[in-house]
Amino acid sequence: MKWIASALLAAFLLLLPLFAGDFYINLASQILIAAIFALSLNLLVGFGGMTSLGHASYLGVAAYLSALLASRYGFGHGMAAIISITGTVATAAFFGVIALRATGLGFLMITLALSQVLWGLAYRMSNVTNGDNGIAGLTRPMPFGILLDSAAAFYWFALIVACFAFLMMAIFVSSSFGSSLKGVRDQPRRMAALGFNPWMIRWITFVYAGFWGGISGLLYVYYNKYIHPTSLSTTSSAEALLSVIAGGSGTLGGPVVGATLVLLLKNYASAYIERWNMLLGLVFLFIVLVMPTGIVPGLAKLTARFRKGSQ
Amino acid sequence: MQFWIIQGLNSLSLGGLLFLLSSGFSLIFGLMRLANLTHGAFFMLGTYFAAITMREYSGLNIWVTALGAGLAVAAIGGLFERLVLTRLKTNPLGQVLVTLGMSFIISDACLVLWGGDSIPVPTPHNLQAPTRMFGFVFPTYRLVLVGCAIATAVALYFLMERTRLGAMIRAGVDDRQMARAVGIPVSNLFTIVFCLGAGIAGAGGVLGGPILSAYPGLDADMLPLALIVVILGGIGSLLGAFIGSFIIGFIYTFGTALFPELAYIILFLPMIVVIAFRPQGLFGRVGA
Repeated sequence: MKWIASALLAAFLLLLPLFAGDFYINLASQILIAAIFALSLNLLVGFGGMTSLGHASYLGVAAYLSALLASRYGFGHGMAAIISITGTVATAAFFGVIALRATGLGFLMITLALSQVLWGLAYRMSNVTNGDNGIAGLTRPMPFGILLDSAAAFYWFALIVACFAFLMMAIFVSSSFGSSLKGVRDQPRRMAALGFNPWMIRWITFVYAGFWGGISGLLYVYYNKYIHPTSLSTTSSAEALLSVIAGGSGTLGGPVVGATLVLLLKNYASAYIERWNMLLGLVFLFIVLVMPTGIVPGLAKLTARFRKGSQ
Repeated sequence: MQFWIIQGLNSLSLGGLLFLLSSGFSLIFGLMRLANLTHGAFFMLGTYFAAITMREYSGLNIWVTALGAGLAVAAIGGLFERLVLTRLKTNPLGQVLVTLGMSFIISDACLVLWGGDSIPVPTPHNLQAPTRMFGFVFPTYRLVLVGCAIATAVALYFLMERTRLGAMIRAGVDDRQMARAVGIPVSNLFTIVFCLGAGIAGAGGVLGGPILSAYPGLDADMLPLALIVVILGGIGSLLGAFIGSFIIGFIYTFGTALFPELAYIILFLPMIVVIAFRPQGLFGRVGA
């Protein structure tokens, strides 16, 4: 039963461009990008117990670096991608050192403040980042000479990256390191007493999450061919956090479901009302008050009950 | 020389403004262990309140407006605390998330109601004439703002250290369970402190209005400043918020004047230094 469902899902994802229109293919690409982003944040929030409100930093840094290198300094896409991911990882490593001096709410406030600094830089340093106008006129890369300009080609590209990202993060959390991460989340003192180094475990996770945030940032800038300071804003971080919490933090499927819901909501709601931020706020209130554990754990509980009932 | 004195006074007035913003945040965090991310939005509500009422009724006294805005924002904060935050007592992460959601709702509502253009808040007539001191000319209103911040600090100090309410709040900060056990109504204190914090932010928004004017995104500009001040000064410490406000006021003003491109980076350097050596902040307590 489970295998059939997985096979059907895989076939649906693979063959989507064959039967869907460009609008839906592009929507699906955006969902894939948001899903990678939410999954990377979930490493911190769900598996590490570190609630970050500044995760957009890594998406934004990677996107801005790649955009600047490609458009201003004439780097090729491959080289630009490598440098921007390296830069993003370095940023995450540095921010991690600062933010992980604190835990809990202090950590949240420091990550928020740091990301706001980057947002302010993107806005104010207009001779570098073009400020509020953003950087336009970017191109998509051509991996192995394949043109990614059509919606379907980009979708398949994003799908490959997303599957790889999902797999890598699944391996990460189920590895022995992942177990020690969950241990540090639940019982930091006992883990320290057992000889683990909680700080180092948290920091490595922070950097790893920054790396995947950077990958989603690259996809983001390839997809939009444009970058604006809003991608670094608190709203951007908050959308990802909402995806994680709505879907179910600490599960692998949760952030994907959450990202799908947030993006569908954003796209469909914006057709009717232009007040996305207000809707986002209301959804936040609704999710936290009504479904604090998220959709995926809620559904899992329901199906478990259903199975027990049918036996 | 003139540059340094003028910028020094500007720093003082910005520091005063930051204290009006961050003292409430610090107060709320100290008692409720709640990072109130709506705080920037409360401040912005106050500024819009002033901009709109003073545009409608020109000649309205700014002190009356500040009082009115403080009460109105305190009422909104109180409702929010009673209706939403109390339901999430056992879920601190949820509390932060709903304050974030609330800040999105408020800032978007301001955009719907009052549009995207910035609305100026007039400087009071009797304070419009510049002050001349030692041969320098300086806007009087900015000096008055510093006075307001100091008055607020003194008032808060007396409230916390010399009144029964303050003693109860301090008891709640130190040991919430023990305070409950000896009969202090901690839940009511939460509401009072949240109202008070929100009210100071609202009134501060009015007083900051003539310098900042009301514009969409004011909340997003102010919230990180409040965060940086309290992280620097020590979360939950009133003295820390006071000192931190003036440190940040000086750094931001001189940073902007001397290295305009890098002002934002310079702003967070002291925060990094403090976190590196004293993660609890300058005046914060370990374990807070």
